[in-house]
Amino acid sequence: MNDVLDVALRLAAVLVAFLVLPLVVGQAEHKTMAHMQGRLGPMHAGGFHGWAQLVADGVKFAQKEDVVPAGADRRIFRLAPAVALLPYLVVMLVIPVGPGGFVGQVVDAGLFFVLAVMGVGVLGSLMGGWASANKYSLLGGLRTAAQLMSYELPMLLAAASVAMAAGTLSLPGIVEAYQWWWTPWQLVGGLVFFTAGLAELQRPPFDMPVADSEIIFGAYTEYTGLRFAFFLLAEYAGIVVLCGLTTVLFLGGWHGPFADTLGWVWTLLKTAALAFVVIWLRVTYPRMREDQLMKLAWTVLIPLALAQIALTGVVKVVFL
Amino acid sequence: MPEYFDGYSVVGLVAVVGVLFVAAAFAGGRLLRPMVPTPEKLLTYECGVDPVGEGWAHTQIRYYVYSFLYVIFAVDAIFLFPWATVFAADGFGGTTLAEMFVFIGFLAVGLLYAWKKGVLEWT
Repeated sequence: MNDVLDVALRLAAVLVAFLVLPLVVGQAEHKTMAHMQGRLGPMHAGGFHGWAQLVADGVKFAQKEDVVPAGADRRIFRLAPAVALLPYLVVMLVIPVGPGGFVGQVVDAGLFFVLAVMGVGVLGSLMGGWASANKYSLLGGLRTAAQLMSYELPMLLAAASVAMAAGTLSLPGIVEAYQWWWTPWQLVGGLVFFTAGLAELQRPPFDMPVADSEIIFGAYTEYTGLRFAFFLLAEYAGIVVLCGLTTVLFLGGWHGPFADTLGWVWTLLKTAALAFVVIWLRVTYPRMREDQLMKLAWTVLIPLALAQIALTGVVKVVFL
Repeated sequence: MPEYFDGYSVVGLVAVVGVLFVAAAFAGGRLLRPMVPTPEKLLTYECGVDPVGEGWAHTQIRYYVYSFLYVIFAVDAIFLFPWATVFAADGFGGTTLAEMFVFIGFLAVGLLYAWKKGVLEWT
């Protein structure tokens, strides 16, 4: 009975985190962007600095008509947002938050599992782009596909480097094995991982697949109401997952003063700091052109990731 | 071995929870939202102007070379993961390290070849 309760609690906690954290990141983005651009951002909803703006947005989305274009591939079109959203929920289950089993579920091949499942999310954009029967959506979907394929590889190689350093694929195991000097040792891999992750989420400056000045809103152009909101939620859940993973793999997760009791605070703080960087990059950099995007992945990130693997291997075998 | 896969039952459960959440949200949305379809509304939005021609237009698929490259490299990279967990264990050491450089060398040569061939260009 206790086991059932335990599992139910964990599932509930993961679902709550999945629904709350992306909204926190979204609100932080509203406010950070606004202040970086000399504006105030939302101030009205909820009273205190517009804290309820995204709740209000959610209510608005739920009340909007759900239009499926007559020319669209109806079933695929309606299914796509769920495919985009759900992988991030599953990934959130296995990201360790604190020491001593403070994790939704320990999966032995966690790192491998996470990379495999995250790849599924992009299928949602592809399905949406194809099913919309819209030329711009199709272009956006194809750009998404190209971007996924180019950036998945450096991400994978950078993650493999951490697995080599730790000698395990289990995410809690990796954090357990972490030493402070891993961060400088794996610095290049960390940067590659984070950059490739941003590109997979199609966040600026890698947002060519949704470039509004060229292809309206890419694969999401035809979406309205709740389904559109799910695509947005997927993007922000993706930010949380990416920052959480970068924290776990490269920044030592729960390590910090009083890790035994306050470990989860460190994980959350590091994740939040990275999420801030994600927002910051959006405000700072202009969008990269499509060919520059592909060039960056294949001629910069992949060689860097391979170099990191070589470095990790040499240090691990020769010095440890 | 069965215990090894126990963890994945919870993974399956969370997937079920997710599907239920999405289904509930869509069902709830159906109750909340209006439904007043008109022919104009159901027209493909595209860029705001009435669409011309087919939605699935002819387009140049530039990414298929990438997808070949990706498949080749990703299959290679997958072998890294089981190897990564044992390569520094007792009795491996130097030999495994040399093997790693051979492996990376193959990848690097392949990448250089693709680069030289010009398939890494988008345009």
